[in-house]
Amino acid sequence: RSRALKMAAPAAGPVPVLRIAAECGRSRARAGELRLPHGNVPCPVFMPVGTRGTAKGLTAAQLAALGCRICLGNTFHLGTRPGAELVRRSGGLHGFMDWPHNLLTDSGGFQMVSLLELSEVSEEGVRFQPPHGGEEILLSPEKSMEIQNALGADIVMQLDDVVSSTTTGPRVEEAMDRSVRWLDRCVAAHARPQQQLLFAIVQGGLDPALRRRCIRAMTQRDVPGFAIGGLSGGEDKAQFWRTVKLSAELLPRDKPRYLMGVGYATDLVVCVALGCDMFDCVFPTRTARFGSALVPWGSLQLKNHQFAKDFRPIDADCGCPTCQRYSRAYLHALLRSNTAALHLLTLHNVAYQMKLMSSMRESILQQRFPEFVREFMDTMYGGRGGPPPWAREALESVGITLD
Amino acid sequence: MRLKLLGAGGGRLGSLAGLGRSGAGALALPGCLLYTRTGAAPHLSHDTLREVRGVPGVAHIALPALAEIHDVLEEYKEGAAKFMGMPDAVLYCSLHDPVTPCPSGYNTNKTVSLWGSSGRMEMTASKFMDIQRAIQPDWFQCISDGDTISGEAGRKRAKKSVDRSLSFLDICLQLQEKSPELQGSVMFGAIEGGDILEERLRSARETAKRPVGGFLLDGFQGSAMAKETKLKLIASVTAELPEDKPRIIHGVGKPDEVLECIERGVDIFESFFPFQVTERGCALVFSYNYHPDPEATVLTQNGTQDLEKNGAQEDQVEVPKGDPEMTPFEISLKDKKYHDDFGPLLEGCSCYCCQRHTRAYVHHLLVTNELLAGVLLMMHNFQHYFGFFSAIQDALRDSKLDQLKELVFRQALQGPADATLRQ
Repeated sequence: RSRALKMAAPAAGPVPVLRIAAECGRSRARAGELRLPHGNVPCPVFMPVGTRGTAKGLTAAQLAALGCRICLGNTFHLGTRPGAELVRRSGGLHGFMDWPHNLLTDSGGFQMVSLLELSEVSEEGVRFQPPHGGEEILLSPEKSMEIQNALGADIVMQLDDVVSSTTTGPRVEEAMDRSVRWLDRCVAAHARPQQQLLFAIVQGGLDPALRRRCIRAMTQRDVPGFAIGGLSGGEDKAQFWRTVKLSAELLPRDKPRYLMGVGYATDLVVCVALGCDMFDCVFPTRTARFGSALVPWGSLQLKNHQFAKDFRPIDADCGCPTCQRYSRAYLHALLRSNTAALHLLTLHNVAYQMKLMSSMRESILQQRFPEFVREFMDTMYGGRGGPPPWAREALESVGITLD
Repeated sequence: MRLKLLGAGGGRLGSLAGLGRSGAGALALPGCLLYTRTGAAPHLSHDTLREVRGVPGVAHIALPALAEIHDVLEEYKEGAAKFMGMPDAVLYCSLHDPVTPCPSGYNTNKTVSLWGSSGRMEMTASKFMDIQRAIQPDWFQCISDGDTISGEAGRKRAKKSVDRSLSFLDICLQLQEKSPELQGSVMFGAIEGGDILEERLRSARETAKRPVGGFLLDGFQGSAMAKETKLKLIASVTAELPEDKPRIIHGVGKPDEVLECIERGVDIFESFFPFQVTERGCALVFSYNYHPDPEATVLTQNGTQDLEKNGAQEDQVEVPKGDPEMTPFEISLKDKKYHDDFGPLLEGCSCYCCQRHTRAYVHHLLVTNELLAGVLLMMHNFQHYFGFFSAIQDALRDSKLDQLKELVFRQALQGPADATLRQ
């Protein structure tokens, strides 16, 4: 144990990343800000995903204009194309994308699950056969840090041994233990602790005992933030929320808690109530590219014929550039012939996510988060027989009752 | 609509004013239209389009996409411009989309076929006017038979295109008189006639007798017609047209061809060409800076480096690899050599992309099939193309059209290497 402690590197700077401005009196929700190298970010925060150094069809200027102050890039994808060295020469990912605000890079670990056919895990690291041809890659904790140091994101993630949340058996424990060892290797290999904050990623599947052990081990390392990984992969929602709740409650109060891969509105609201501060998900931007617009009462599949003559905006209360100017009927028509439609929907969906998070934050600051949650659930599920049972249970477990 | 000509030599320098519902719209001449697909610039949302400098005052929509939503527009009642989120735009509606191929052989004496995303639509003059009543465009091309470009049309077919188009024109003019929704709309008469001089002259003279607001030189699309024939016909046609009405041409977009048409009396062009360049992953880099800069000739060293970067070592020719449609006015950003080129798409360009991003970044976006590639390239290509028209207006004003021609024609032969640096 003392050997493990000696391997920990000091956190970046003496100033804590998370400043809590308010906590909900009933649930575990907190509101505040993250103090990051490229500026402060209000939290709870949703981070759009720009995998390959682009927020999909949006320009950097558009993304910033929507209020986004932190978004994601992906180490595996950028490390393969165009390669870490090229990005470094471009002024890091910030320079490459011309993004003046914060960036977070995922370590490449998730690709172990998403590109399972092409990968092989060992203590050394993950061997990948790149999907677009070329030589085999070994992504080790050291290699991941090397790439992330070159990319230069403000927050970098440890390489973790990720298993699908539906996996059971000894592999889950093996992955959890290995993630702790890889955390130490990442900390040791991290060449820029002052400029880039290294977050640990808690694993352990859906097993409370494993999660507990993992958190106990990882909190002994002095890292500036923790992520809850290995979830949001198709597991049963009842187990999902229990694992999130347990993990959040065991993690230190004064450090940010980043729940990876969560982005559906209901999930965001519940997980903020359970004590999470940061979220990322491809869902809002991806679903836009399929013609789906997110609204407080669900989503509109704008390619459907029912919208052909609907001359209302997506959401009259939205206020985003798309809703200010265009109707559902026009977007329905434009989707047939012009990628501009996809960008208009992406704009709207990102605006929706930003607005959801800032509304939540406002309500926590004003000590009316439980009311916000009730209103949210009512708007979303009012006409449809009420919120899903898992959400109801999860909220009740932290003192928020829904009618 | 008021056309004012400033009497410069070599082209019709001037302006159109009093355009649109508000009467505040204007278009500098010679000029181009903003190419849109269903009312939005390709790839660009309203705010990204706003970042492009020099966007023309008249937007171009093609009828097929709107014909497909005729019922929607009829129910909407307030016209296509407002439906498409551009209530203050000045809108020109052409019969076909310049980028969609029109198979030959479908027109009849009473109908013209259009092609949209759901296939072929057969249209009579009456149906055409019904749709225009729902669109309420500021300008529109009268339905015409331009099916003479496949190269197989003979004299008979050319004559038919003229007869039919005049017949359609007369029907449509009558229908327009009875349509309150179209009282503010300007009809452009299409001049047809294939590659037969007599028919072209007949079409021009007869169309000019009708109370149309402007003229469209149609049937010059594609590559079947010999260049000499094309230019001769264009000059002959415009000579028959009144000075005080604008002349649009369809299907001409390359810079050298634009200049040739301007010299022969054409006022307005489409801007589908920068869109096509974008779709093949290319960026326009041709120079239209016709001011000879003595200082530039001293910078031979930089110039050589640039030429080498463009792969122009051997003959200073940008050999178009890959896409056969590629012209000498552009570079292909997919090319591996741009992988680590940290310069802008075009040195000195002030567009959003060139000010903030590099060739390496755009190359990366193309290679990884990212949507942002189209957005950035479209912004650059539009701005560069609109700048070209601005340069044409300047050249006419300064009586320097010959220098501009020489610069552009040289690049048409030799590629985009900066010619002045090699003096």
